[in-house]
Order: sequence, then structure tokens, then C-alpha cells
Amino acid sequence: MATTVHEPPQIGVMRAPELGGGKGGRRNISPGDDNLRMLAEHSSGASRTGIWVGVAGICMTFAALTSALVVRQGAAMDWRHFSLPGVLYLNTAVLFGSSFALEVARKRVAAFARGLQPSRAVPLRWLYLTLGLGLLFVAGQYAAWMQLKTQGLYLATNPSSAFFYVLTAMHALHVMGGLGGLTLVISRLSRRVPTLRRSTLDTASYYWHFMDVLWLYLLLLLWMKL
Amino acid sequence: MAKVFAVTVILIAIASAIPILMHTWGPPVDISTHGPLIDEQMSETMAEAGISFLAAQIILAIFVWMFSRKEGKVRSFPGGARGLVTAAIVLVGIEAMALGAFGVKAWASVYFTPPGPDAMPIQAQAGQFAFYFRYPGPDGRFGPLHPDLVNEGTQNFFGLDPDHDPDAKDDIVTAELGIPVNKEIHLLMHSKDVGHSFDVRELRIQQDFVPGLDVSVHFTATKTGRYEIMCTQLCGLGHYNMKAYLNVMSQSDFDAWLKQQASQQ
Amino acid sequence: MHDMHAPAAHHHAPPQGFVRNHLFSLDHKVIGIQYYGLALLAVFIGMVLSWVMRLHLAWPALSIPGLELLSKNGAPGGVPTPEYYLQLMTMHGTIMVFFVLTTAPFAAFGNYFLPIQVGAEDMPFPHFNMMSFWVTFVAFCVAVAAFFVPDGPPLAGWTAYAPLSALGPVAGPGEGLGQILWASSIGIFCIGQLLGALNFISTTLDMRCKGMSLMRMPLTVWAWFITSAMGLTAFAVLMPACILLILDHVAGTSFFVASNLVVSDQLQPHSGGSTLLWQHLFWFFGHPEVYIAIVPAMGVVSHVLITNMRRPMLSHRVLIYSMAALAFLSYMVYGHHMFVSGMNPFSSIVFSFPTLAITIPSTIIVLIWIGSLYGARLRINAASLFALGFISLFVSGGVSGFFLAQPSLDLLLHATYFVVGHFHLVMAVAAIFGIFSGTYFWFSKVTGRMMNETLGKIHFWLTFVGAYCIFMPFHYLGLAGNVRRYQAFVNDFMGPLMPLHKFISVAAVVTGFAQFIFLYNLIYSRFKGEKATQNPWEATSLEWTIPSPPPFDNFGGKLPVVYHDPYQYGVEGSSGDYVMQDSPEQIQTVHDEK
Repeated sequence: MATTVHEPPQIGVMRAPELGGGKGGRRNISPGDDNLRMLAEHSSGASRTGIWVGVAGICMTFAALTSALVVRQGAAMDWRHFSLPGVLYLNTAVLFGSSFALEVARKRVAAFARGLQPSRAVPLRWLYLTLGLGLLFVAGQYAAWMQLKTQGLYLATNPSSAFFYVLTAMHALHVMGGLGGLTLVISRLSRRVPTLRRSTLDTASYYWHFMDVLWLYLLLLLWMKL
Repeated sequence: MAKVFAVTVILIAIASAIPILMHTWGPPVDISTHGPLIDEQMSETMAEAGISFLAAQIILAIFVWMFSRKEGKVRSFPGGARGLVTAAIVLVGIEAMALGAFGVKAWASVYFTPPGPDAMPIQAQAGQFAFYFRYPGPDGRFGPLHPDLVNEGTQNFFGLDPDHDPDAKDDIVTAELGIPVNKEIHLLMHSKDVGHSFDVRELRIQQDFVPGLDVSVHFTATKTGRYEIMCTQLCGLGHYNMKAYLNVMSQSDFDAWLKQQASQQ
Repeated sequence: MHDMHAPAAHHHAPPQGFVRNHLFSLDHKVIGIQYYGLALLAVFIGMVLSWVMRLHLAWPALSIPGLELLSKNGAPGGVPTPEYYLQLMTMHGTIMVFFVLTTAPFAAFGNYFLPIQVGAEDMPFPHFNMMSFWVTFVAFCVAVAAFFVPDGPPLAGWTAYAPLSALGPVAGPGEGLGQILWASSIGIFCIGQLLGALNFISTTLDMRCKGMSLMRMPLTVWAWFITSAMGLTAFAVLMPACILLILDHVAGTSFFVASNLVVSDQLQPHSGGSTLLWQHLFWFFGHPEVYIAIVPAMGVVSHVLITNMRRPMLSHRVLIYSMAALAFLSYMVYGHHMFVSGMNPFSSIVFSFPTLAITIPSTIIVLIWIGSLYGARLRINAASLFALGFISLFVSGGVSGFFLAQPSLDLLLHATYFVVGHFHLVMAVAAIFGIFSGTYFWFSKVTGRMMNETLGKIHFWLTFVGAYCIFMPFHYLGLAGNVRRYQAFVNDFMGPLMPLHKFISVAAVVTGFAQFIFLYNLIYSRFKGEKATQNPWEATSLEWTIPSPPPFDNFGGKLPVVYHDPYQYGVEGSSGDYVMQDSPEQIQTVHDEK
């Protein structure tokens, strides 16, 4: 018959819990006290995993679109090449600029959280700059569409233009998701008592940088294939 | 209750196997040259699948019967997991792979051998919801297709333009696929609208019509008779009713038939 | 509590009000129940559709009561027209595959039990979790809305092969707005499932309690984890495919529609699209989807079986590795759906071998189940009966895979009832047996009351025998060459097969009615069932360490600590032949685990 051993847990068949296992799963909502939302808190493991899983899913979506493009181009006699609107290169610079601004903002937020920076105004300014550049990127993409339109290249004109619109629009939609995330970060930071969590900031930032990488990939793909 | 379960499973397994063993329902007699390979592959697969099926169900039943007990020490299967994994890989895995390897031969006989030089070309066109067939006529050449000329009202199913294309002049269009027996046929498959499929059970041939991509199959029929051609790819509301006949005739009958068809053009 | 590592407990009060508690709840348990409810509603609709189809096939002139109310044009006098038959068939497939087989074993059970079984209070992103359900619900509404648009739902089948599905209304009834609604619904559904998968993966990797190492997770958790990895990749591919399909409809693009197609004597204004592209994208999703339905059911069945066999599986690890191998291989085999599609015949060979190879992990899983029965002390109840029935059905449906994996036999069997029988047994009925098994097993945990065992057993016998009576004859029909997706059997050779069709239809109606026993049992037991104890099955995993129904915080503010592998049965514990996962007692006799 088994004997109930209260402590310490036996090592052997049973293995002490310290030797393996998770870090514990606390509920992610309605904190009992405000301490949970400290800015200096470490980014939680789940949010880091979550963003990587999200990135993997988005990669799959664009991989599917890429393979569709390659198959469609290979099967077609009607593929018409056209040169990309010049404004795209400017947009690329804008998007990378916003990522840079976001990194600066993160440093300032960290400084603010540690008390090295007395006011929230500086990090907020950098965050607004990031948001502004992000919006400028979307506007720039719109300008690129208008440029194509004046050339008479519409969605249904040719498979090449169709893929251009689909890929850039899908990317722009994802960028707008990132803008939503940044807005959330800004609103949480600018509350009277800041409720921004480290993990929210980190996740929004990783996502935002991923948008750069994705855009660079798309630009390369479009440049090669269209 | 466990014993009832065991008996039920065994009864179901046996009842399921009886129609297979008695060949109550099965494919019709094969009339193609490549068919015997497929039929052989079929019966080998049936034997292996049948044995796996019966063995698994019966062992499941026996174990449920034996081990639904309240008392007694819990024991482990002799050989343990390692034995079972080995059994799965050796018995089933290698068998399945071998089956696949043998099956390649049957598949190759249909798809990897090009049609012979004197194979008779016939074009098959599938459209919602009918098949039409086209023979090149004495010149041996098919006239080009003009999709904008397709008109069911004037019976121009293929969109031929005999007034401008000399090749199209002697093309013979039929609603029935007439072929000579023991002669290789090279069937060029063209879809007019959506996806369809060409399925003749007796020929052991099934191939989709792919819109925008002309594919072909080749076969030789060895028995005269009339066989049904069915569409097996969902193509719209008339799918169930989309059928035509394959008429395998002796060479002389075929020549007469084709002449008669030509006179009706 | 034996827990000496517990941090200071911080208890969350449940939110107040009906909306936050039941409608837009962030609690994974409520979301799980919502998913289950959605699946119940969907399975009812899907089943009624299958009745209509079966009755119409066996008795073509029969007037089906009530059908005229649904669509006057589609079923004048209650007899479905050919196009309406196809439309109902499309909706049957869509509703069953997406809203039943994907939601119930994966999203419903997974949401409820995954966090509890790994010892977490909730999923890490509860807002995403709530969105996941409501997005899925919107997708369901959009799909069902197709019934009520003028031309009705699409008729292109649940696989929506282009160009039939992409040409627009000219291709057939329902191919206009109906097909657009279909594609939108599936696209939205994908988003919901992606959000769900995100939560499942993060919960499994990061929310486990102390001591819960990966190999100490129950098989259910492993199954859900593997499934969410599959869902993440599969749904992420289907979603853009649906977007492209919608664009072909509304924007006049030509992704899937080839040049020079003539429908009703009209040259279609598309050019150069690839017919096979849709099939590739669809089946890249479609084959993993089969495993998305079946792997969670395998997990549930293993969990139930172990508890009722009173012993662990012969090997915990081998089962996990085999399920992972199934998931991995499922991406390499999707081409076996396209053997006769006009794809390069060499590709058929290339796809054929991994397809045959998939029999290896499947066989290992079945052999481990059956081998573990040896020497067990099997307890027979409704849950374990359904689990045993699952094994039998999975084997029966699985062996027909031998045939369909071979391109040469596909020449005979492709698009026949053999295929229909195969996937209904192995994917649909087997997964539904998993759902039933899980329901009888966990009902007491969710509601605090037991389900009625006698009714459960009657339900099992009718369903088990009924499922075989319906789906075994499908294989015979297929061997005889009976083509699927025909609304009437006008071919000469199909006449003699009609008695078989009538037999199937009768069996389908009887088996369908037997499901009302289950529904009654579910509702009756929810309110009037016998009160359940905390651990009625004497099970070991964490969900049985907490009250039934579980409190809002699952573990009452204290996180559990785990000391054992998940299935310590057949040992001499202080409370019987088992030791709970969170019990710090030492195990005297340990079962062999290789």
C-alpha cells in the first residue's frame, strides 16, 4: 500500500516537479491587483510563443499565395510583365523608418519603466512617430495602386496585376492589424495610470518588425515575377 | 456487455466480408488490354486489406471478451510496444509499400507508355452535360477549334469552321464513341466548360477533362459491345445524366459506321 | 491540496451578468461549451440534409415533407430537383466537415479541457479565444444564409472545384451569390480556427503547471496540440484560396478559370487561369483536414480507453510520435485526391508512396490500442463502448485506404461510393464516435451530473450497428462502379444496385433517429441526471482533481503541481488502483512503460 509522503517529493519514479514542466498558467485577464501590469514585467512566455505562432500562420498564407503565383504564371500564356511603381521603394524606406522609431520607443519605454526617464512624453512621441510612418506606408501603398490605375492596370486586367493587388492588399491588411496593436500600446501607455504590459509592447513590436521582413520578401517576389 | 460487443464485432466483420468473397458486387468484366494488371492488383489489395480487416476486428473482439474483468492483475502484452511497432512496420508497412510498388506497373501501362504510332486519334469533348467525339476524317487532321463559334443550336458543338479551315471540312462529329476492336485508340480530351471525367468501367479507364489543359489517354478494347461512358467529375445540375456510349465494333462494322456518320454531317 | 509550491493564491471572481458570463465570455470553459452547442446545431442540420439525400436517392419520386417550405423552386412538391439535390449535398459536406468535425472534437473539447489538463487557469489570449468562437459562429451563419438567397446554396460540392465554382451563375444554380457566401464563410472560418490554434499552441507550450513536462501531458493534450499545428498550416492556406475564389467571382480575375471556356454557347470572359491550382490549394488543406478531424478523436478515445482499461497504453511515447507522424505525412499525401485529375502521372506515383506509408503510423496506433487491451481490466460503459467502436470503425475505414492510395486502383474507384464509404467511416463516423465517447466521459465534469448509462448503451448499439449498415454497403456500391454525387441512377447497371441503396437509406433514417436518444439523454441529464462525484471514473488526470463543474478559476486560485505521468493505473494507490497526477504519494508498483 502506498504511503502518502507530504514532503519532500521523492525523486525516482515520481520525479520532483522542479525537474520538468511548465512555468504555470495564470489567467491573463482581470488582474487581482495592478501589479500584474507593471511595465517592467518580463514578457510572458505565452505571448512570445503566440507571436511566433502567428508569424508562422501568416508565413503559410503568403507561401500559399506565392505558390499560387508561381503556378499561375507557369500555366499562363497571358502573363504581362510591368514595372513596379516607383513609390514602392519609398514606402519600403518609410516602413523601415517606422521600425527604427519603434525600437527607439521601446528603449525609452524601458527607461521610463525603470524610472530613468521621468516623463512619458518622450516614449510616446516616438510611438506616435512609428504610428505616423506606418500610416504613411499604407497611404504610400494606396498611391502605388493609383499609379497602376492610371497605367490602366486594374485587378482583373492581367494575372500579374491581380497578384500585385492581392499581395499588397493582404500585406496592407496585416499592417493595419499592426497599427491597431500600436494604437493599443499608445492608449495603454497614455492612461493616467499606465496599464501597458511589457508583453503587449514586445508582441506589437515583433509583429511590426515582421511586417518589414514580409514586405521585403513581397517586394523581391514582385520585382522578380512581375 | 463486453461479450455482446465481441460477438457483434465478429458478426459485422464476417457479414461485411461475405459479399466480397462471393463477388456479389464488383466491377464488370474487363475489355481492355491493360485491365488484367489492374484487376490483379485489385484482388491482391483486396486479399491484403481483407486479411488485415478480419484480423484486427477478430483480435479486438477476443481481447474485449477476455479482458473485461473486474479482478486479476493487470498484465502487459508479451513483446510490448516494441513488438507491436515492429509488427506494424514489417507486416503492414512493407506489405503496403510492396503493393504500391507492384501497382506502379499497372499505372505505368496506362500512363507511362506513349501511344503507338498507328494509334487512332479521336477527340472527346465534354461539356455541360454531354460528350461529343470527333474523328479527323480521311485527311487525318483535326480542324482547329474556335470557341466563339460553338453553337448548340446549329449543332456546332466543337466550334468548327469548315468554310475557312480545310482540315475541319472532313471532320466527323458523333455523339457516340465508335471504335474498332483490338485497335489502339488515342483519346484527346478537351473540356468545353467545367471539369468533367471520362469513365468506362469495362475499360478500366477514368480520366478528368481539365478545362484549359488538354490531356489524353490511350487504350485498346478487346471485346465488341456497347458500354456506358459516365461523367464522374461533378459538373453541374445534369451531372447524373451525362453519359454516352462506347461502341466497340469489328473493323468492318466500324468502317461502315463511320461512313454512315460522315454522311450525316 | 498537497501543494507546497503554491504561490500566494490570487482568486479571480467570475464576471457578472449574462452577457459576460455566457455570451461573450472570456472563460475557456464557456467557449468550449459554445463550440459544442454550435456543433450540435450544425450536426442536426447536416443529418437532416443527409436524410433528404438518402430518401431521394432510394425513392426518387417521394415527396419529402417540409422540404417545399425550405425552397419552393428547389423542391416543387417536396421532390428535390437535380440541382437542389447537389446544393443540399454541398451544404451537407460543408456543414459536417467544417462546423462539426472540426469544431466538436478539437475546438469544443480542446477549449474546455486543454487548459485544465495542463493545469492552467485559462488560455493565454482569452480575447482571441472568444473571437475564435464568434468568428466561427459568423462563418456558420454566412454558410447557412446561402439556403435563403434566391438561387440557393452552391452546387459545386464541399470541394468547390473550379471552374464550376468560379464561373458564376452561368455555371449553375447557386453558383452566384450562394458560392460567394460559401467561400466567404470558409474564409471567415479559417480565421476563427487560426485564432484557436494560436491559443492552443501557446497554452500547451507555456501555460503548463509545475511538474507538467511535455511527456506528462495526457494524450488528449498531445492530440489537440498536434491538431492545432496542423490547423495553423492548413487553414492558413485555405483562407487565401477562398479570397482568390471570391475575386474570380466578383472582380473578374482569372486565377482558376481557364481561357476559351464556353458555357451555354457563351464564351466566358476569363483567360489563362489554372484549374488544377484550386485543387492543389484545396487539398493541401483538405488532406490535413481529415487528420484535424480524426487526431483529436484519437486523443479522446485513448484517454477514455486508458481510464476504463485501468492501465496505461503500452507506450505513451509511441502513440504521441505516431500521431505526430500522421500529421507530418498528411502534408505529403494530398495529391492522392488528384490521381485522375490530369496532374502529371509521375506525381501520382510520388504521392502514392507517402499515402501508403501513412498506414504505418495508423497501424501502430491501432495495434497499441488493441495490444493495450491485452491483460487489462476493461470497464464497459457508454464512453468505453464508443471508444471501442471507434477502433473497429477506424480499422474498417482505414483498410479501404489501401485501395485508394494506389493510382492504378483509383482508375476504378475514384469518385465512386467506395470513396464515400471510406471517408465517412474513417473520418466522419469515427470522429463522431470520438465525440460521443468524450461526451459520455466528461459530461459529469462539465455539468456535475451523470448521463444515463442505459440510454447511452442503447444509443451505442443502434449507432454502431447502424453506422456499419450504412457505410459498409457504400463500399460494395463503389466496387460495382456506382458514381457518387448523382442525384438519380439512370445508368443501366445501376438499376440492380437499387435494393442496396434502399437498405442504406432505411439504415440512415433509423440510425439518425437513434441520435435523438442521445439528445434526450443530454438534455435530461443536464437537469435531472444523477448527481456526479468529483471523480466518478476513478481517473487520474487533472480535470478530475477539481469539483464538477469546475470553478471559474479551474483550480480555485491555486495552481496544481504534478508529480506523475498522466496515466498511473494498475498500481496500488491509497485510493484504489490509480494515483492522481497531482498526488505526491509514491507509487509502489509501476506499470512497465517502454
